[in-house]
Order: sequence, then C-alpha cells, then structure tokens
Amino acid sequence: MESYRNIFGKLNRAALIPFFVIGDPDKKTSLELVKTAIDAGADILELGIPFSDPVADGPTVQKADIRALHAGMTPKKALDFVGKITAYKSIPIGLLVYYNLINHYGVEKFFMDFKAVGGTSVLVADVSIDNADEIAPLAQKAGLETVFMATPNASQERLKRIADKTTGFIYTVSLLGTTGERSSLSAAVKPLVAKLKKLTDKPVCVGFGISSAEHAAAVASAEADGVIIGSRIVKFIEDNPGRPDVMKQQIADFIRSVRQALEQVHR
Amino acid sequence: MKHNGRFGDFGGFYVPEVLIPALEEIEQAFDRFRDDAQFKAELNELYANYAGRPSPLYFAKRFSEYAGFKVYIKREDLLHGGAHKINNTLGQGLLAKYMGKKKLIAETGAGQHGLATATVGALFGMETKIFMGSIDVERQSLNVHKMKLLGAEVIPVSGGTCTLKDAINDALRYWTAHVDDTFYLFGTAGGPHPYPTIVKYFQSPIGVEARQQCLKQIGRLPDIVTACVGGGSNAIGIFSAFIADKDVKLVGVEGGGKGIPTGQHCATLCVGTVGILHGARTYLLQDENGQVHETECISAGLDYPGVGPEHSYLKDIGRAHYVNVTDEAVLDTFLLFSRLEGILPALESTHALAWVVSQKGKLPADTTVVVNLSGRGDKDIGIVEQHRPLNK
Ligand SMILES: Cc1ncc(COP(=O)(O)O)c(C=O)c1O
Repeated sequence: MESYRNIFGKLNRAALIPFFVIGDPDKKTSLELVKTAIDAGADILELGIPFSDPVADGPTVQKADIRALHAGMTPKKALDFVGKITAYKSIPIGLLVYYNLINHYGVEKFFMDFKAVGGTSVLVADVSIDNADEIAPLAQKAGLETVFMATPNASQERLKRIADKTTGFIYTVSLLGTTGERSSLSAAVKPLVAKLKKLTDKPVCVGFGISSAEHAAAVASAEADGVIIGSRIVKFIEDNPGRPDVMKQQIADFIRSVRQALEQVHR
Repeated sequence: MKHNGRFGDFGGFYVPEVLIPALEEIEQAFDRFRDDAQFKAELNELYANYAGRPSPLYFAKRFSEYAGFKVYIKREDLLHGGAHKINNTLGQGLLAKYMGKKKLIAETGAGQHGLATATVGALFGMETKIFMGSIDVERQSLNVHKMKLLGAEVIPVSGGTCTLKDAINDALRYWTAHVDDTFYLFGTAGGPHPYPTIVKYFQSPIGVEARQQCLKQIGRLPDIVTACVGGGSNAIGIFSAFIADKDVKLVGVEGGGKGIPTGQHCATLCVGTVGILHGARTYLLQDENGQVHETECISAGLDYPGVGPEHSYLKDIGRAHYVNVTDEAVLDTFLLFSRLEGILPALESTHALAWVVSQKGKLPADTTVVVNLSGRGDKDIGIVEQHRPLNK
C-alpha cells in the first residue's frame, strides 16, 4: 500500500474520503455500501469501529454505532471487514477507533492485525498527542501511519506538536463540536488549514460538518489535501431503513457529485 | 496539560483533541485559585453559611447496639440540598466564576448533582443546563421539577442506555461545541484529569472534619471508614483524610443490584476490568469486546459502569477495599436505620449502612466505624414504597 504522502502527491486535487461505521446497518449491507462508495470515486476510506460511548460523535454517527452494534459488529469482525474491502480494491483505509476497544483487544496486536488486512492508518478518537506515546510507537512498529486531530482552538505551539506526531495526515476538525451535518461550512476552516500549511508539509484533510458538494469544493479551494465526509453519508443509511438499494443509489449519486465538484478545483 | 492526572497507572485525560484546551484552562485555574486567599475565604464562607459545614459526626447509639459495635455517622445529609454534592458544586461553581464563565453544564443520574449544580447556578446567576438520561428523568421526576424551579434547563438524553453514562457523553459533546463560555461542572471524582483531583479537593472537607471530630469526640481514630461508591466523590472525600493513617481500614461499598451472578449490578471495582471511559483509565463494567455495559441498581446515583480512577488505584495497592451489597439488603437497611435513628438515609448512602449491618456479629464490640451518610433519603421514598409498601 502506498503512503498517504504519495497518494496525496499524485492527485492534482483534494482527495475524497467518505466515512462509514463498519457494520452499519449490518455487515452485509455495509460491505456493499462501502464498495459502492469506492466505485463512485472515493480515493481513501475512513472507517469507524462502532463503540458504546462515542463521545466525539454527534447523533447521526451515534445512531450508526448503535445499529452496527445491534447487528453484531465487533472489533474482530471489523478487521475481517477491512480485509474484504482491501481484497475488493487496493484503497488506503484509515481507521477511526475509540481507545477502549483497542486497549481491550491489545493495542499492539490490534495494530498488527489491522496492518495484516491491508489497513493504512489509525486515528484513536480519545487519544490526543499528549498520550501519543501509548499508540504511535506501536502503530509505527506495525507499519501503520498515525493520524491526529487538529482543532480551531489549539495553540500554534500545539498545532506544531500535532503535526510532528502525525505521520499520515492531519485530521483537521472544521469546527468546535462533534461530527454531524451542518447547513453551512465553518468559517474556521480556511484560516486553520492555512495555518497548518505554513507549519508543516504533512497532508491536511478536513472533516466534521462537511455536508455537500459545495462545502467540499470550498474546503478544497482552501488548499486542503482531502475532504472527509461522514454524517452526510451515514444519514443516507439512517433515512432508508430496510432499503439497501436506495441507500446505495443515494450514496453513489452523492459521492459522484462531490467527486465532480472536487475535480473542478485544481491545485 | 501541566500534570498528567495519574493515580498510579489510572486516570489521565483520554478525550477528543477539541477538549484538551478546555481541560487545560480548568487545570490552570484550579492550580491558581486553590491557594488564592480570596478564593479560599469565599469558598469557606459558602461552605459554612450557605451549605452548613461542618456537618456533625453523630454517634448512632441504637444502630450501634443493633450492629454490636460503635457506629458514627458523618452527616452530609444535613447539608443544603441534602447531599455531599453541594461541596463540589460550590467549589467548581466558584472556580467557574473566577474564570469568568457565564454558563454551567452538568450531567446527573439521580438528579442530586443536577440539583446541586442548579443551586449554584442560581446562587451565582449563571445559565445552567443539566443533561439527564431520559429514563432517569422519569424515575427522578421530583428532582427534575426542583431543578426547573431553580431556573435550570433539564435536557433529557435518549442516546445509548438513557442513563448517567449517556448523560455524561452528551454533556461532553455539548461542551466540545461551547467550550468558550461554558464550564462543565463534573459531578463525581471521575472523568478526565483534572476532574478527579478537583472533585477530591472540594469533597475533602468531609474527611478533614471527620478525622478531627473523631479525635475530639472519641479520642482516637476510627478502625474503619466506609462510604458508598458510585463515581466515588463522597468516598474519596472522606477517605482522603485517612489514607495516611495506615491502621484505618477504608471500605467502599458498591451497588450489588440484583446480585453479582445476575449481571444486574454496578459493582465496578468488585468485578470490573480495566479500560478507558469518559477520559480516564479505570475499572469498568464492559463486555468481552470492550463495549461498556448497562448497569442496574436501585439507587440511580450509583448506577454507573465506571469509577473514579483514584479508587482503582487504592484498590490495586490494597489501601482501600471494595465490596458490594444487594438492592434487597439496602431496602431492609433503609427501614431498619430509619426506625432506629429517625434518619431517612439516601439509598446511595444506605449501601454503606447495609455493609455495616452485614458485619453484625463479625466485628469486636470495641470496633469504631465511621459511615459517610452522603445524603438524605426523601428523594427515595417513592422507590422504597414501591418495593416495601407500608400497608402490606
Ligand atoms: C446521596 C448520594 N450519595 C452518593 C452518590 C454517588 O456519587 P459518588 O460516588 O460520587 O459520591 C450520589 C450520586 O448521585 C448521591 O446522590
């Protein structure tokens, strides 16, 4: 698997990074939906393992976690799921996970197992750079890249440290808050991306609250290297219970429209 | 963050990045104001004349006769609001005021911490929002009403299990979006650093007073100090003054619910395993995949699958012992104690009393036990009536 740096370097536009909760609404449908997203033009995937107490997530992703948990998803099965995706297509997969799950599994073993099924990077939602030593060396040992979050309320000095601890891409949170759709794009995005770009040459992706092709294009024109879209996509699953074909159609259409919008914004 | 917030390997601050600056700000303010003369004077004045500190240490004569050894009761139930929670909310509320924050948020289970937060919200003129699981809103309707009377907004939380842990999740989520002007007034000695340290500090007068009162009233230290453990704030409050007194045994009593074998309990330290929840590495009730369990307990204030990290540490180093008692034992003890002493104890605190009852015949007559009576039981009479109806 190529490093993120190469992937971002080769694209002459911002990467499209859809987010799914693994196993939402059930394992079989989830697999089809992720494949649909790949076929419709995703460049990288961000996948989450469902957790009982996802404090970084807003209501949409919380509900997805609950659906997936009810359908029986576990960290072990999630790894198996990742293997099925990478077997379908060689695409970089970033994992978003809460610390308790991998701590319980055994952090080192989890990272090794994730690497073995073709994973690229890990982001532990409740481990900040202050505790990076608990995960980063183990990720590196397993051959995984690390992703850390950067938020609008972080000091310049902290942003620098975040950039230093990141080997994959910086997950820039576009607003203060949890994941979730927003009707307009936060005004904090542009200045934050600009600040990070001045500090580091690590790729900078933007997520949280990006809900439309227009938002994505605006993020891309702010010079971001990638656009992560979560709740808007997960919402297609929530809105169409029991109708996987409709989910598929809506997700495919949406991803195509975002991809098109991103292709208009050249770097 | 300046300190790592560890108790041995427990504690820490495992939170999403966005919360780090907010926690840092609180840590800094606490470091600065805890030793500030004006802050201390104002807090002590509030403790004394608003909350009613010091609370008495009462020799429970008839209960002692029943138990067969000497039982002293630390009367936190007599404080304003009827529970120890006010110690913490006055402290953190004042800290918020000194930090220039205008709004308070808090989680609550039984409603006691929500009530104590609504109280200081009114006292300091701060807009207050209380997050409460929708199931708890129903089973604690009286407290919900009281919070509203005090001017707080009660926000029912319907995610997850609809109880305390989900109320914490939603309060944390709300806070991430409003860190600029909002202070999260955390209710127990758990959660991310610096809360376990701050809450212990503001609850420590319980122990400091109790220790002095023992020396003055009994002429010596007690043999055993016991308290109920939900998140662990009242317990750490009284334990903290005795930790250096190696001969004083510390016993924390958790909710045994319907019995450990049924799985329906909240005895985190008794049967939990180490994990990470709400920002702290601590003992947790979790399944084989690391998903956090639903808990069950007759007393909503103990109904929590985690526990303050310092208790995890005290357990592992063997300094404190953690036990549990069942709902049935608690109900029996509630009636027994009420009738022997004329005090209706909160069901949470009754757990500690029920453990004392379980020691009947096992401890020598000259044993002295101090029980932290963390709250009064008026809020619980409906639940007691449900299980032990008077007219039957
Ligand atoms: C009276 C009383 N005691 C004890 C508790 C448990 O909390 P903690 O373990 O933090 O003291 C509560 C919680 O609501 C309570 O209301």
